[in-house]
Parts: sequence; structure tokens; C-alpha cells
Amino acid sequence: MDPMNYIVLAAIVFTIGAVGVLVRRNAIIVFMCVELMLNACNLAFVAFSRMHGGIEGQVIAFFVMVVAAAEVVVGLAIIMQIFRTRRSASIDDANLLKN
Amino acid sequence: MNTVPLQTTAVSAAVGGGEAATFYVLGTLVVLAALGVVFSRKAVYSALMMAVVMIGLAVFYGINQAPFLMVVQIVVYTGAVLMLFLFVLMLVGVSSSDSLVETIRGHRLLTAVIALCFLVPLVSGLAAITAGEPVGLSAGVAAAGGSIPWIAGEIIYRYVIAFEATGALLITAVLGALVLAHSARTKKKRTQRQMSQDRIRGDHPTPLPGPGTYARHNAIDMPALLPDGSVSQLSINPVLAARNPELQHGVPEDLSYSIGAAPDEKPDTAASDNDGQREDEGSWTR
Repeated sequence: MDPMNYIVLAAIVFTIGAVGVLVRRNAIIVFMCVELMLNACNLAFVAFSRMHGGIEGQVIAFFVMVVAAAEVVVGLAIIMQIFRTRRSASIDDANLLKN
Repeated sequence: MNTVPLQTTAVSAAVGGGEAATFYVLGTLVVLAALGVVFSRKAVYSALMMAVVMIGLAVFYGINQAPFLMVVQIVVYTGAVLMLFLFVLMLVGVSSSDSLVETIRGHRLLTAVIALCFLVPLVSGLAAITAGEPVGLSAGVAAAGGSIPWIAGEIIYRYVIAFEATGALLITAVLGALVLAHSARTKKKRTQRQMSQDRIRGDHPTPLPGPGTYARHNAIDMPALLPDGSVSQLSINPVLAARNPELQHGVPEDLSYSIGAAPDEKPDTAASDNDGQREDEGSWTR
């Protein structure tokens, strides 16, 4: 097995996540699909790190995880705030900045 | 990839048959679970499928000589982020399943076209590349005295600016979450006088019927029966009724033979009428 297979798998998972972002309308699931895309990129980073014998890929993947955690915290807080004012978690309903 | 350093030739970084088997089994599982995240109708199923993907990726990190990232993936993603997702799901409404009707015409078709345009060239192009034997991290790990000291050295010395920036980012995110999740009271707090006035002037001055007034069942999700044998819509907690309307008709078999149809009043309006009363009045014993 060639290590490029990991990159192919990362591409497939990334595409699935992108399809989810485009298709689903529940804001929480859209967020999960964004996480899926970030994780696919992390897999590619880690696989490249091993292929080239450098640790930089793992360091970048670590930073991606930190940023993703911060993004999830703020994003979910925004979703909860939208749900409080509009009683809906659908991204089609959030068409105003202020209720 | 042909120039493999001499140090790493001794340490086997080659991709073995066992790894190939793990890759194909686990890769299939990860792809199926990722499809499950996108296409399951209920959001909770999506979150659980997400957990499968995360753990599968953690195993891949372990295989790819990244033990630190494997642990971080499980602790941070599966442990913290995913539980946060589930927590918000429970707050926002588990039963809010999407309608999968498309609002924009041709949306699905265009999405499929875009996905194929992205996936087919990328996968066919990547599959054509043969990377050969990976260099592997063993030499560097041995030089740095371990995988984690190596990562730590890189973060603290070479990427220290980015490290500080992520610290600032995390602090900002915490503050943002605090500000966003804090909610001011949107409605004025109702006084006891107002509540009693509303109750007397409303259409239900007496206490609401309690649930489950049978001899055998007194669970909170069993509706009470009225004297004529019909189901009392008011006896169920509105939260339970909103979650599962079938609870309104969950009358035991042996008692239901004499029960007519449920009263014609709409359960939604009845529930929302009593919503404020039940939430605000702690003294209203049911």
C-alpha cells in the first residue's frame, strides 16, 4: 500500500464534508461537516509529515485542532443565541442580524 | 522520495501488510460514517457518526507515527468538541429533524456536480502518484529524544509566535462564548399578582390535571383520563408533548377500549397557553 492512499482518503472525507455543508440546513450539522473537512486536512498533514520525515505537519495539525476547538465554542454559542431569538436552528431562517 | 536518508533505512518505516489491511477496513468505516454524518436525518445520529469518524482518524494518526496527535484527537475532539455538540443539540432540540426538501431548485444536483468535479480529478490525480516508502519519523524522534519533545521544541522555539497567537485566540474565544451564551431576560419577570390575575381571568383557574391517574401507571408521560374516558391534553408536561406527540395517546391497551378520540382542541396551543404558567409558577403543584 502506498502512503498516498491516506491523502486519497483525506480527499474523500473532505468532499463528503463539503457536500454536507452545501446540502444540510441544520446549523449544527453544518458545523459538524466543517469539522469533518478540518479533520480530513489534519489526516493529510499527518500523512505528509510521515512521508517526508518532518514534524511540521504534526505541529500544523495541532494548531488546526486548537483553532477548530475555539471556532466550535464561538460557533455553537452563536447558534444557541440564534435559536433563542428565532426558535430555530435552520440556516435558512437566520436572515436578519437582529430580531 | 528516492533519496531516503541512511539513518532511516535501518529503522523500518515501511508500509506493511498489516497497515494496509487496517487502512482498508478502517478507511471504509470512516467513509461510511462520514456519509452517515451528512445523510442521517436526525442530528444526534450525525453526532454519533462523527464520533466514529474521529476515533477512526485517531487510529490513523497512531499508525502514521503521531501518538501525541492521536491522544489529542481523542481527548479534544471526541471528548470535548463532540460532547459540546451533543450538549448544544440537547439544548436546541433533539427532535428538530431537517426536512430534506430542497428549497432552491436544482440545489442537490448542483451539489453533486460540484462534489464530483472536485473529487474525481483529485482522487484520480492523487492515485496516480506513487510516493514510495515514507521517510518516517524514527530518526528525528531518536534525535529529539521522543516524539513529544520534538513537537514541543518545534512549538516553543520555531512556532512560538503562532503559539502565542493561539493562546490569545483561545482567550478571545472563551470571552466570546461567555458574552454570546449569556442571555439577558427578554421578558419582564411576572409578579405573583400578575400570575394570579392571569390564572383567574384565563380559561383554566383550577390546577391542571396530573399525569397518569390510573391505578397501575403513574409515569409522568401517561396522560390522565377525563370522566368520559378521553385523554386530557393538559395532563402532560408541554415539553414532553412537544418532543413526542404520540405520548398524548400512550394509554395502556386494557384501558383504551372505552376511550374515544382525543379532544379536538389543538395540543400545540393548549401546551403553549400553559407554558408560561408552568415555567414561572413553582407553587402550582400539579
